[in-house]
Amino acid sequence: MKKTDVIIIGAGPVGLFAVHQLGIKGLKAVVIDNLDKAGGQCIELYPDKPIYDIPAVPECTGEELTKRLIEQIKPFKTELYLNERVEEVHQEKENWIVKTNNNEEFMAPNIIIAGGVGSFEPRKISLKECEKFEGKSVFYAVKNKDNFKNKNISIFGGGDSALDWALELSKFSKVTLIHRRDEFRGAQHTLTEIRKLEKEGKVSIKTPCQIDSIESDKELKSINIKYDDGKIEKISTDVILGFFGLIMKLGPIAEWGLNMEKKTIEVNPENFETNKKGIFAAGDICSYPGKLKLILSGFHEVALASVECFKRARPNEKYRFEFTTSSKTIQDRLGKK
Amino acid sequence: MSKITYKDKDGNSKTIEVENGLSVMEGAVQNDIPGIDADCGGGMACATCHVYVEEKWLDKLPKAEEAEVDMIDMAFEPKKNSRLSCQIIVSDELNGLEVATPKKQS
Repeated sequence: MKKTDVIIIGAGPVGLFAVHQLGIKGLKAVVIDNLDKAGGQCIELYPDKPIYDIPAVPECTGEELTKRLIEQIKPFKTELYLNERVEEVHQEKENWIVKTNNNEEFMAPNIIIAGGVGSFEPRKISLKECEKFEGKSVFYAVKNKDNFKNKNISIFGGGDSALDWALELSKFSKVTLIHRRDEFRGAQHTLTEIRKLEKEGKVSIKTPCQIDSIESDKELKSINIKYDDGKIEKISTDVILGFFGLIMKLGPIAEWGLNMEKKTIEVNPENFETNKKGIFAAGDICSYPGKLKLILSGFHEVALASVECFKRARPNEKYRFEFTTSSKTIQDRLGKK
Repeated sequence: MSKITYKDKDGNSKTIEVENGLSVMEGAVQNDIPGIDADCGGGMACATCHVYVEEKWLDKLPKAEEAEVDMIDMAFEPKKNSRLSCQIIVSDELNGLEVATPKKQS
């Protein structure tokens, strides 16, 4: 079990900035996120789209913002636990114990939930019959492509993931690419490549159509796709791959006994503490009168929460408010000479 | 103010007055109309404010921009008349608009 001062759930901009606000106060933190990289919605939803309302940064993309935040918290050498989803939270005297889906355990007097709108999960095919084949012949990601050799593969989706895997898997399998409209939205060179393979008969492309039903006994046999004009076509299929993007799920957070309002956690706007002492919420996931879901609001929220975290992590020390410009202690912590 | 009708998956409908300039999504969220989640808050980043627009109104709406159509790919059961309600801005021309919410958003 790893002990620290604060466990931060969520490595989006607000979670990352929390590391900074805690770090300058001399507190150690760990950050846990179920995605494979830091940045949260900034990276997952709009890495290339501009943000115009970060104070003193007239324009930057989600990716740039994330990079800068990571740079800003470098001095604190904080460990990021990625690909880990927090499953359980329970109390042990003055501390909180957090357990992840990979059985990592953390202990700290404070938790800051900066979980955005929950964890990102792949959007699934809406056919109920597909559920029982999930992980066997219905997949939403390719972990090991060797498992997809010499198969009849039906790939759904119109974005880069669908196109890239259609290209890759067509090298050793029979691939049908199926999308609900004629236009694809992948990188231009991928599109050109895929059209070339279609001409050569190496990839079959079906549009505009969607899955209608599947036929199976113990194994998946074929799928029926339905065109916009109502026509149905049957395609022999061993494997279905679905790339419909990610959706956000609140997940286990809803079961931790926190006061919730719709999908958000109620906090005290003085210190962003929830109804549980030592559990804080900041960023998009928290709610209080007048809450705005802006990155800059999240920055303010973790700054205030970090003060309360200090009081709980260092009960015998007095908190002193200091400016980074003039505090020798803070500058030492930032590694500035 | 314009009248907007929201129909849920079971066919129940609710008509409310929405201030011109607000989006159809905001009209729903501010009036506690269920079935529109709007997780991203109107940023065209999530497809959880997905609605089906009543056929006769489709042509009266400004055409969806590419980013919206791309995002609709990620919606639950998209159809020909799918739109993101955060991108439909209420105006006098849309007085009487009817939209239906999908079975679920995520």
